[in-house]
Amino acid sequence: MAYSGDSESPARPVPTAIKLLVAGGFGVGKTTFVGAVSEIEPLSTEETITTASIGVDDLTGVGAKTTTTVALDFGRVTLDAGHTLYLFGTPGQDRFWFMWDELSDGAFGAVVMADTRRLADCFNALDFFERRKTPFIVAVNVFDDAFHYDPEEVRVALDLGPHVPIVSCDARDPRSATLVLVTLTKHLISTATTVAR
Amino acid sequence: MPRFEEERLLDEDAGPLVRPYTVSGGRTTPTAAFDLLSLVRSTGRMRPSQLEAEQAAVLLLCHEPVSVAEIAAHLRLPAMVVKVLLSDLVEDGAVTAHAPEAALDPTDLNLLEALLNGLQRRL
Repeated sequence: MAYSGDSESPARPVPTAIKLLVAGGFGVGKTTFVGAVSEIEPLSTEETITTASIGVDDLTGVGAKTTTTVALDFGRVTLDAGHTLYLFGTPGQDRFWFMWDELSDGAFGAVVMADTRRLADCFNALDFFERRKTPFIVAVNVFDDAFHYDPEEVRVALDLGPHVPIVSCDARDPRSATLVLVTLTKHLISTATTVAR
Repeated sequence: MPRFEEERLLDEDAGPLVRPYTVSGGRTTPTAAFDLLSLVRSTGRMRPSQLEAEQAAVLLLCHEPVSVAEIAAHLRLPAMVVKVLLSDLVEDGAVTAHAPEAALDPTDLNLLEALLNGLQRRL
């Protein structure tokens, strides 16, 4: 067995973890997207969050702190020997918005997924990342029965500035979903170089 | 609630029949700080047979560096329970934990290039 001797061999360096978020309304395809990109089976876990004040449910008299368990999706992509990408799907329900703060800490950027049949569902995500100044792009998940809109029409409908890339994708297709992340990364690079100037 | 509420849960869809926090001895607070992206790895100093079943299950998953989130998902346990189990394992010297690099700069072009190249290789 491999247990003895492990401690003596020089440990390989632990890879650097790069975190990206996949946000959007409930049922927009975040879980599908994360599963399509991830090299491990789509996994979900529950995280217990302690929060000072949720501000959603009225917990008058319960005390200042409360804990809530939230299910979240995540996936992993090995980039190279020294870098691993972790993808986290944010909980879609509005009542879990407070968890985004914890998930967003250290995130490089975000994909906000939109469904043209229910565009308003992604407003919360857009507001959140704009406020936090987390760079993001919008990926329109193309559902078979949805009318196909031009990205510029979506831009107008979402009131987004010209600097935010908008792409269409099929969240079920690994290549399509990976291309969304490539677009996001290029956006992050261009944002970083602009800021540095 | 009626007392037999518990029995109703013995449905095949109910999932684990042991309440999650039983395996962490009812504790909900790990003694060490773990992030979902903390990477843990076994040190090889303890064998799974020396440990409780749940701790052994955790240990078996971390021969290579693995994130807290993945362990939780594989074992179908809430992340907080895994964190408690891991903090015991760290105290026993069975695993080492590496917190994610908090100071990681999201505008670091070297990291972003690594991300871009790694993604493009998959296309």
